[in-house]
Amino acid sequence: MTPEMKGFLLLAVLKMVVVFTVVMVGVALLTLMERKVSAWMQNRRGPNRVGFAGLLQPAADGVKNIVKEETYPAEANSFLFILAPALAFIPAMCLSAVIPWAAPVDISLDRTLPLLGHVRYDGRMAMAVADLPIGFLFVLAVSSLGVYGIALAGWSSNSKYSLLGGLRSSAQMISYEVAMGMSLIPLLILVGNASFGDVIKAQQDGLWFILPLTLSFFVFLVAGFAETNRLPFDLPEAESELIAGYHTEYSAMKFSLFFIAEYANMVTVSAMLATLFFGGWDIPGTSWDQNGSTLAAVATGAAMFLKTFFFLFFFMWIRWTLPRFRYDQLMALGWKFLIPLALVYLMIIAVAVWILEAVVGIADPKIKALILFGMNAVMCYVVFFILDRGTLVSGSYRRQVPANVGS
Amino acid sequence: MTTRTLEMALATPGLDPSGRPARLPLRPKKGSDDEFGAEHMLVNIGPQHPATHGVLRLVLELEGETVKRCIPHVGYLHSGFEKLGEYRHYNQIIPLTDRTDYLSPMANNVCLALAAEKLMGIEITERCQVLRVIACEMSRIISHLVWLGTTGIDLGAFTPFLWSFYQRERIYNLQEAWTGARLTTSLTRIGGMMADVPEGWEAGLREFCRTFPDTLNEVDTMFTRNSIWCGRTQGVGAMTAAEAINYSLSGPMLRASGVAYDVRKDRPYLGYESYDFDVPVGEYGDIYDRYRVRLEEMYQSNRILEQALDRLARLAGAPVNTADHRVILPPKHRAMSDMEAMIHHFKQVMEGVAAPPGEAYLGIENPKGELGYYFVSDGTAKPVRWRIRPPSFINLACLPKLCEGALLSDVIAINASVDIVMGEIDR
Repeated sequence: MTPEMKGFLLLAVLKMVVVFTVVMVGVALLTLMERKVSAWMQNRRGPNRVGFAGLLQPAADGVKNIVKEETYPAEANSFLFILAPALAFIPAMCLSAVIPWAAPVDISLDRTLPLLGHVRYDGRMAMAVADLPIGFLFVLAVSSLGVYGIALAGWSSNSKYSLLGGLRSSAQMISYEVAMGMSLIPLLILVGNASFGDVIKAQQDGLWFILPLTLSFFVFLVAGFAETNRLPFDLPEAESELIAGYHTEYSAMKFSLFFIAEYANMVTVSAMLATLFFGGWDIPGTSWDQNGSTLAAVATGAAMFLKTFFFLFFFMWIRWTLPRFRYDQLMALGWKFLIPLALVYLMIIAVAVWILEAVVGIADPKIKALILFGMNAVMCYVVFFILDRGTLVSGSYRRQVPANVGS
Repeated sequence: MTTRTLEMALATPGLDPSGRPARLPLRPKKGSDDEFGAEHMLVNIGPQHPATHGVLRLVLELEGETVKRCIPHVGYLHSGFEKLGEYRHYNQIIPLTDRTDYLSPMANNVCLALAAEKLMGIEITERCQVLRVIACEMSRIISHLVWLGTTGIDLGAFTPFLWSFYQRERIYNLQEAWTGARLTTSLTRIGGMMADVPEGWEAGLREFCRTFPDTLNEVDTMFTRNSIWCGRTQGVGAMTAAEAINYSLSGPMLRASGVAYDVRKDRPYLGYESYDFDVPVGEYGDIYDRYRVRLEEMYQSNRILEQALDRLARLAGAPVNTADHRVILPPKHRAMSDMEAMIHHFKQVMEGVAAPPGEAYLGIENPKGELGYYFVSDGTAKPVRWRIRPPSFINLACLPKLCEGALLSDVIAINASVDIVMGEIDR
């Protein structure tokens, strides 16, 4: 094996270990954060018994879940029953591999290490485990694999609640997957490439995509909530209706895996939102963050962390504020509103970009983005104020005065 | 799609036809797909379920997620209160009423005392009336707060639950200061009250009345114009006025359907006619209107409480109990020093207060509807028959009608909007 290859593999393994550890520890702390945020919103204190300010609560929960008894429902399909949590967990973990967590770093490594021998790495290293050229397409593809875990969990549990939860989940994920993919095509038009590196580069040249592609952001945000099964889209779990939905029959660590998968998905969607629409690791108004130094990597990593953290908080904020949709309203929102909106928006952006580039001939990405931003302001006004917001979620029922009122 | 009605016996699982316990097979018989047919699914909601508000059991026949049939099963909390009442003196029945509608125990106590006083023809003092009004309205607020919180949870909004329970806790503290108990209040006695309010208590209630509407306003901001909330509740579980009357509904359920019937206004008791308050009435009879009606009722209860507190201040020092010590216990220090008082004390404890032969029914506006107590007396100190008109039970009867054709999620919302409490249903 050549020293270059060894160097590449060594760094890849290092990145993998670091990202996996950070995500797992992050997920554990997120469970604590969720409880603290909810407590804050509900005039409570939240967990504060284990460790300082409850910081060891996730560790206590972890220990509890590991030593708890594993129960299996009678007549469950035990192979699929055990496989399902893993199927939900693995894609959630894979996703964090492609997110660029910081600016690329210049690395020159040339030394002899014990056991490994001579390793060498020269050049710019992306701060993602795998900087795939297919970028967010990989995320879309793998995130939809998670539904297998949930659907199989619901089916193999041999419980009606679980089955309904699993069915709801598969229908929901498939529906919102379409809207999610469709909302990203305008991005593809502007960037011309699906890799995360290029997406961030395009935002540094022009504006953060939240401005020129505002409606894409909203569609992606809503679809992201639905993809992670968080309230107001937590119908697969729907505590008050289906007990706990697809994981009703799960206990101990198998339940924990679903839990970790949900939070890991939240991290991924938050990081995606930050990367695709808020400039990723970009620190606005500066260019020194691209010079490849370690300092730049640390600073951009912090910027990325802050943006992701904001969206994680946003997820929790929404969860503890809104009620839950009904199943048919969820489908109506997805199919009757989000998908047509994303389609129309896609066509408008495509035509606008064609006019700007081919007919008018504007080359400067900043001016292009500003013009698109103006268009988006108008479209947002139309969508959010002229299309009545009440009609967006109204389901199959219509409110009408009963004939004999007052009689 | 064929629609057929499934014929099956919905007996309690685990009992064979002759009523002996039987072991159910773990899997359906070989050969049959499933004993309920392939198109329909039978789902048991309850008796242990997060959203059935106690031990209600709903057997739902689902087609997809659409409810074809809904059968409520009650009786898991049966305690035989009415029968127990036949072996108790009238004053001894009061602790039983705490445990029927356990979300508004003080209002039940008041109703029982009023019914017994009607049977015996006892007049109560003005201060006692004001105190009982305060007890009723405090109960209405805590009962509606529980309803508000749990309905929020049933629809997926958890946060308002804790806000409303925080306010409920404040009333419970006041209740505890007054009666010594948070739930088993046993507040009233025939002819008076268990005790007058302690010193400084009015200031606490006044502070509650001043600050409590803030929470209602917050919940109002969260829900009333929230488009998900409106989508979940508007047009769901609607009931016309005629249907509501035919189902014998009462309370907020009836008023949401547009019938302005409130016992406090139509058959006033405790001097309610002299208080200034409005009765909110709905228009569509759906869950949303029930929510609006109950929310407004809390504001109105607050108004009544403030007026009652003013009267209480005016009546400071006035006697709470009726002066006739043949029906109400004399003060302890007199029973220990005065012969006549001691005899009254002894007779009441050992024999109870005898009611004249006859019967009496009295209904009051409880948080959940018209609560009525009916007594039949043969002239002894114990009723021959004690019957409760439980508003929850009668309101629950319309559940199958409301649920048919709705979705599974709607069943939870409708069930929450009926506002049942199983202690009262099963009695």
